[in-house]
Amino acid sequence: MSTSMEAVASAARADAPPAILLDKVNKWYGAMHVLRDVSLNVALGERLVVCGPSGSGKSTLIRCINRLETHQEGSIKVDGIELSDDLRALDAIRREVGMVFQSFNLFPHLTILENCTLAPIWVRHMPKAEAEALAMQYLERVKIPEQAKKYPGQLSGGQQQRVAIARALCMKPKIMLFDEPTSALDPEMIKEVLETMVGLAETGMTMVCVTHEMGFARQVADRVVFMDRGEIVEQGAPNDVFENPRTDRLKLFLSQILRGH
Amino acid sequence: MSDAAIPSPARAAPITLVGPIAWVRTNLFSGWFSGLFSLLLLFLIVKWAMGFIEWGVINAVWSVPNNQTQACRELKGTGACWAVITEKHRFILFGTYPYEEQWRAFLSILIFIGLFIVSAQRVFWRKELGLVWVGALTAIGILMWGGVLGLNYVPQERWGGLVITLILATFGLAFAFPLSILVALGRRSKLPAIKALCVLYVELIRGVPLISLLFMASVMFPLFLPEGMNVDKLLRAQIAIILFAGAYLAEVVRGGLQTLPRGQYEAADALGLSYWAKTGLIILPQALRLVIPPLVNTFIGFFKDTSLVLIIGIFDLLTAGKTAIIEPAWQGFGIEVYLTVGFIYFCFCFAMSRYSQNLEAELNRHRVR
Ligand SMILES: Nc1ncnc2c1ncn2[C@@H]1O[C@H](COP(=O)(O)OP(=O)(O)OP(=O)(O)O)[C@@H](O)[C@H]1O
Ligand SMILES: [Mg+2]
Repeated sequence: MSTSMEAVASAARADAPPAILLDKVNKWYGAMHVLRDVSLNVALGERLVVCGPSGSGKSTLIRCINRLETHQEGSIKVDGIELSDDLRALDAIRREVGMVFQSFNLFPHLTILENCTLAPIWVRHMPKAEAEALAMQYLERVKIPEQAKKYPGQLSGGQQQRVAIARALCMKPKIMLFDEPTSALDPEMIKEVLETMVGLAETGMTMVCVTHEMGFARQVADRVVFMDRGEIVEQGAPNDVFENPRTDRLKLFLSQILRGH
Repeated sequence: MSDAAIPSPARAAPITLVGPIAWVRTNLFSGWFSGLFSLLLLFLIVKWAMGFIEWGVINAVWSVPNNQTQACRELKGTGACWAVITEKHRFILFGTYPYEEQWRAFLSILIFIGLFIVSAQRVFWRKELGLVWVGALTAIGILMWGGVLGLNYVPQERWGGLVITLILATFGLAFAFPLSILVALGRRSKLPAIKALCVLYVELIRGVPLISLLFMASVMFPLFLPEGMNVDKLLRAQIAIILFAGAYLAEVVRGGLQTLPRGQYEAADALGLSYWAKTGLIILPQALRLVIPPLVNTFIGFFKDTSLVLIIGIFDLLTAGKTAIIEPAWQGFGIEVYLTVGFIYFCFCFAMSRYSQNLEAELNRHRVR
């Protein structure tokens, strides 16, 4: 029953306007070609999982989407706005796109609550009380409201990552990017973070997630993209991609991560 | 079974493990060699302290009738002649500031000290503190110069002593610190022109001794000014000190900026914070906390380096002390004067040092798990 609902939902998403549109994006670090003609179309409300071997350009790809990195060729449109050197476009995009990092990157000198209210207050110019109420609402959603007055260093890795998710959500982004959010965590903490992300997916958030968590990909992803050496090699529904890999590169990758787990 | 279920009550540690006796045992007499060494050191300290008390208190002469220093000279070094301080303390503290007006210089010193104490309290770290500074420094300016509010005008050439030291150090660091932050940020700028300018400034200024900068400020700088325009000598020295301290502090601040992981910048960017919000709320608060010890080290160094202005003829605390004993009657009592001047410097520097340790502990609480 739930699968049929899923099918309906993802079919609806296919017609939705694109949230992210990459067209023949190329990027070099010095002489190294790290993204090669990457074209990708993420619909509003779609949940995309990106996987691939280390160094294949997954981080670079999603960091280009919120312009933490700049691309040299091709075009990237986020929520209809073309990424360019225009600072106003950049501001607009950073407000719409939230990001969660592998190493949490919480601000260690601020409390959990201050971490969450900082951007709403300084970027959205929200009154402090309102920002705090909003932050508490999201901290409850990631199930750690009781930690609000602590500092990041006093929390476990899993808790820190959930705070990082809440911090990004406080900006009410339309799109969330995750760069290996669980790979710096111990196994027992991975679960709590993944559960939070599943909960977020159920709200209909557009998500692009770099992860090697196959279970998560199967559970929530509408589409899995496999990258290798800067190219998108295969993509499709999670079951298709994982059960019937067409290329040798993906077969090799799958055998490696299955052995690793 | 029942034994294991009920934990036995914790006993107090034996006297050999805690308390002062234990401390002495573990730290001073842990073996026969360290014991012997401790005793020897104790003996030397006590002997030296007793000698000092005998010289500085028991045999000392505290005052003499109108510059008759025979009593002091008859001591032949067995006792201190504090009479020189009793006689000259006003000169040491206020230089050649007119005698009847010295309360103004004294009040200025008190305002400075009050300003330091207020600024040190974290509860006062608000925007209004800036106004307090402007108000206090204006009050000091009015007091020292006079010429308004019924105060007699006192030209800057007559200022001297501790006030000069405090003026140079306070204005110096109050301007050099913000300057250094801008320069440190500029050195990391993506704009090549700003970056080059900041690198040039730091390298040029660091490449020459402070003394040569002071000479330049006092001798060469006026040559570049249009005829008839004259910038106060103290102001010129002050600018030289600000520029010099700024270059050194900039490198300290840059060191702090470099220790911050890239993830902090990226997280701030990803949240959409503007450059100044990111710098002011995320980067600087963390970077500056990390460099409190070297910052204060540099502050203390510059507090004392203000004494170099003596070479361009400005009467700071040290120069005033030196000048006080030029008079034939008081020649030969340098030890007493230098001890006193040194003690004044020490009080300020030690206060800075202790304060910075507290501040560091308090601001870095978040790093304690
Ligand atoms: N700032 C940089 N400067 C130079 N080269 C870089 C930089 N960042 C990444 N690279 C290189 O670009 C390539 C792609 O890196 P990227 O981080 O996107 O890979 P990834 O797929 O995320 O790998 P991982 O799974 O290890 O995170 C790698 O070869 C990497 O060495
Ligand atoms: Mg990566």
